[in-house]
Amino acid sequence: MYGRGIFKGLVVTFKHLINTYVDDFRYGWRKYSKDADNFEVRQGPKARGAFTVQYPDEKVAVPERFRFVPFLVVEDDDHPERPGHDWCTSCGICAKVCPPQCIWIVRSEDPVTKRPVPEPEAFFIDIDICMNCGYCAEFCPFDAIKMDHDYELASYDRTTAHIHDKERLSKPFSYWKSIAPTTAYEEMQARGGWEHSDVIKAKKKQAEQDAKKATATPTPVAEATATPTETTTDAPKEALSAEERKAKREAALARKRAKEESGGE
Amino acid sequence: MTNEVAIEQTQNDVQTLDQAIDYLIKKYPNIVSKDTREGYGGVIVDRNHLIDVATTLRDELGYNYLSSATAVDYMGIAEPDSDMEMVYHAYRLSGGSALVFKTQAPRDNPVIPSLVSVFPATDFQEREAYDLYGIQFEGHPNLKRILLWEGFYGHPMRKDWKEAYYEEEHKPFSSRWPGGYVHRAEERNPYGKNVKYPADFDLSRLTDISEESLYAGLGLGVDVQSLGGEMRTDRLVVNMGPHHPSTHGVFRMVITLNGETIETLEPVMGYLHRNHEKIGERNTYLQNIPFTDRLDYLSSMGNNLGYVLGVEQLMALGSRYIPVPYRAEVIRVLMAELTRIVNHLWSIGFLLNDLGAFFTPMLYANNEREKILDFFEAVAGSRLMCNYMRFGGVFKDLPERIKSVANLVNDRVRDFNTMEYLTDIITERLPRFLDEYEYYLSENEIIKSRCIGVGVLPPDMAIAYGAVGPLLRGSGIPYDVRRAEPYSIYPELDFDIPTGENGDIYDRYLVRMREMRESLRILRQILPRLEATKGQEVWAGGKQGAYSPRIPVGEAYGRVENPKGELGYYIVSAGDPKGTQNPWRYHIRAPSFTNLTCLGPMSKGHKVADVVTVLGSIDIVLGETDR
Repeated sequence: MYGRGIFKGLVVTFKHLINTYVDDFRYGWRKYSKDADNFEVRQGPKARGAFTVQYPDEKVAVPERFRFVPFLVVEDDDHPERPGHDWCTSCGICAKVCPPQCIWIVRSEDPVTKRPVPEPEAFFIDIDICMNCGYCAEFCPFDAIKMDHDYELASYDRTTAHIHDKERLSKPFSYWKSIAPTTAYEEMQARGGWEHSDVIKAKKKQAEQDAKKATATPTPVAEATATPTETTTDAPKEALSAEERKAKREAALARKRAKEESGGE
Repeated sequence: MTNEVAIEQTQNDVQTLDQAIDYLIKKYPNIVSKDTREGYGGVIVDRNHLIDVATTLRDELGYNYLSSATAVDYMGIAEPDSDMEMVYHAYRLSGGSALVFKTQAPRDNPVIPSLVSVFPATDFQEREAYDLYGIQFEGHPNLKRILLWEGFYGHPMRKDWKEAYYEEEHKPFSSRWPGGYVHRAEERNPYGKNVKYPADFDLSRLTDISEESLYAGLGLGVDVQSLGGEMRTDRLVVNMGPHHPSTHGVFRMVITLNGETIETLEPVMGYLHRNHEKIGERNTYLQNIPFTDRLDYLSSMGNNLGYVLGVEQLMALGSRYIPVPYRAEVIRVLMAELTRIVNHLWSIGFLLNDLGAFFTPMLYANNEREKILDFFEAVAGSRLMCNYMRFGGVFKDLPERIKSVANLVNDRVRDFNTMEYLTDIITERLPRFLDEYEYYLSENEIIKSRCIGVGVLPPDMAIAYGAVGPLLRGSGIPYDVRRAEPYSIYPELDFDIPTGENGDIYDRYLVRMREMRESLRILRQILPRLEATKGQEVWAGGKQGAYSPRIPVGEAYGRVENPKGELGYYIVSAGDPKGTQNPWRYHIRAPSFTNLTCLGPMSKGHKVADVVTVLGSIDIVLGETDR
């Protein structure tokens, strides 16, 4: 019979219409409640009807790995040793790996020795050309640059608002832990602690030195570690950072040699 | 008679690719020679005899399906009299790898005979090579620019051509670090020293003669006055597009109508052209992966896969190559097949839109598509621009839970177990939906009367025009790269290749429907493999040093069966004997682009309204067509 196919199709559309209302009645006012269970069922793979999230009044939260325009991780303001300190060491890997080349880094220099200092003097990301690929976060060896979840970046003037500088990019480490708890935990395990990898290394070294000193003259060091005051923590850290820098440079040189060898295959 | 017998005998003798190459060399001594460059394969043909050799390939050796034709500029690497090269990939429909044949010409005066008479599939691809490399194809019926406009100065894919805002030959640019004081590209002079044009060139008087030559090519003088009394009033030129809802983007069809019947149709494209390939040659290998997402932006996972397969072929030439772990292969196939479903849902939805079923079927399909995109978002971090595959594996393992994190105001949070979510989708939700969808649409009288017998592509024409994907299979040719030249773990998976019978729009629709079911069949075999490999590594070699791999010298052609058809990446690593960080040549053989060759012949004799559905049934994405 001609028209049977069309009629069958109309039955399907009617079913879809009914399904949504059935669900609406079943959930009643709970449709609007923030109770996660209702929402999950109605938005998940088991849902039958359609369910609309009333953007922008409410939003679907994004998953952990969601990536949108990077931010820089800095220490929390209440960090005991280095509040607000950059995690970035301005090694430049993110700028090198960036496909649209939207990352600009000015490396700090020691005013006297003109040697590079492992922190950025300036850091820019041109979000107009950022393609949200996530390579910077993926290949950063210090977990210092991460992809953000805040996707509402539209503004009226792109010429002034769309080059993010270091101040705009910096977000505390606790923010990263809050938006990506699982990933942050995995990274912590890889680093060996919640601190920046440099801090962890420095602490390890200090512990080793302490242990050495402890075998020689046990008493004063035990005191120092027992009461970590401002002066005791700062002084060895300053002394160590030079040493540590040297070690790092040696490691980098070794890596470079290894890479050159591997490139010559 | 004797001739035919002889041909049959040679065909029986010549089974393998090596035998075919030997046969060619024996038949054409001094004309055909093996390509002996390090990491290269195939044969080099003397360009004066190219047509003869190609005809032999097609008629005697059975390589009648030409898939890719592209140019390479070996400026500064090869000898000056042979530094422009055309590379052709021809296949047998029974399967197997490509017979690659190349022909060389001097860069200063690159004249190569056109193969359109032998393989009509080269039509658009030769025009592209002419447009971007300036190769003159002798005997091409319609040698015009295809992506750029007439009047454009130079041929941008040539190695010495520099684009506006040109900064450096290769990324990473040295201005970014360590003294990276930011500036915008547009603050630089777009027409400074970095752009090539003649010294006496007046930029204010640029003339674009594309339109005149286009209409002249259709046999229509624009000047009506000059036609005088001979003016024919029964033919009418209609421009559909570039802004037309039927074109799925910015695509234009110039149609000559006789009454309401289409006489000729010429596709005009390039409105979304950004010279993806030039960008790709400035990029490092790794940097190209997110760029491939932007080709066919509906199936980015498949694009990623084709590219990484191509680069992995090159990496395998080196000694330090670590093969892809099994779990990574399983995840890759999972993603590729989910992508196929995503794409076909979209294309069928839009085909129905083109038919006038305004958005209801489309939104039903999109509702299902959303669920898969949610999964992509949780795994790869983005819904469309997935950027998930890496050389030697995938970016990260599947997360334990598909879980969102509330950190904005009024966030609605979801939390599912990944495997349960996948199982739900694959074993229940999508099969149920496909049943319903087919019940909803397949028997609909309007769809049948609009689709059956419209836009017919006969099988011989489909092969000649190099049609790929559902377009080819709708015409009854069971050719699928997953079977013809299997990659990843497809050999161990059980699935069929659906084909149509009549090659009309309805058959293509049915092929897509069945392909989704076959994809679900594959996915049901993937699920236990995912469970079995849980916790295994997904990225050989991992991140350490992975951001700037050195790729051994050679050429590779990575091809995959993308939802829209065969997607090929022709990648050449050259220029540095130690291996390179930037591809010398990065070519994309895009299914949407070559499939458009069939649009004109398929539309001939139909009405304007049918063109819309014919185009919808090819399923093009302009990001890939225009590149």
